[in-house]
Amino acid sequence: MADNRFARLLEPGVGAFSGVLFGLGLGISEMVNPARVVGFLDITGNWDPTLGVVMLGALAVTIPGFRLVLRRNGPLLAAKFNVPTRTELDRPLLLGAVLFGVGWGLGGFCPGPALTALVSGHPEVFVFVGAMLLGAWIHDRAADRPTLTRR
Amino acid sequence: METFNPLAAFGGGVLIGGAALLLMLVNGRVAGISGILGGLLSPRPGDIAWRAGFIAGLPGGGLVFLWLHEGSLGVSLVASWPQTVLAGLLVGFGTRMGSGCTSGHGVCGIGRLSRRSLVATLVFIATGMATVLALRLLGLFHGG
Repeated sequence: MADNRFARLLEPGVGAFSGVLFGLGLGISEMVNPARVVGFLDITGNWDPTLGVVMLGALAVTIPGFRLVLRRNGPLLAAKFNVPTRTELDRPLLLGAVLFGVGWGLGGFCPGPALTALVSGHPEVFVFVGAMLLGAWIHDRAADRPTLTRR
Repeated sequence: METFNPLAAFGGGVLIGGAALLLMLVNGRVAGISGILGGLLSPRPGDIAWRAGFIAGLPGGGLVFLWLHEGSLGVSLVASWPQTVLAGLLVGFGTRMGSGCTSGHGVCGIGRLSRRSLVATLVFIATGMATVLALRLLGLFHGG
């Protein structure tokens, strides 16, 4: 592991660089375009395979890449890998995925493309991102109160 | 349907996967947008800067794309105003409840061969397809 103070300085820079690459990839693959995304979800219309090919391209890197990287004792700058360990298919996972899927089909945006598409300047994208942050905040607030959690 | 460009789709996907791999190799973190954003909504000291950097990097990548292409991002919207608000609320709430979105489950989770992520991804793709079909049947579909 690298020196702690050095890591503290570099981590945000690597985060930002990764974000820029990610956003650029979303731009090049046109995943920032909701019409493309719903074109993939629209199986009874003129089906657009783009989203599937984008996922294949990403997985062609992450499946072998994570295998190699996660074999290491730890990441280059942090103490350990922060990777989820749960394996159970519980209700929050499934219900959350359903709610997300409905919203995704309605607007053609998931979180990354929406944030990237902010630079298109469309007011609708700002409204979507605002509503998305509100929805996330409502969930996290409810989950903080034991009486409202359903686990 | 807009012209299908498999090379741009695959190449863009490789870039997305590369970004996720870099974040894991160097910072030991999953490049899941909803999770990274969630950590900013309930911030913990010492765990903010890399998240803020990544989130700010996304529109930064959009700007790089605009600069390289000297044109537009090609965003065509498909939803009315009320649909846009409802979609945002559902995406925000659902991704937090389901512990991930297309990036965290679809790119990173399946990349780690996680059963939870594979199931979540199949569920949100199937529900997204069902939603578009329902919009079509209701005459509310404005895409392609």
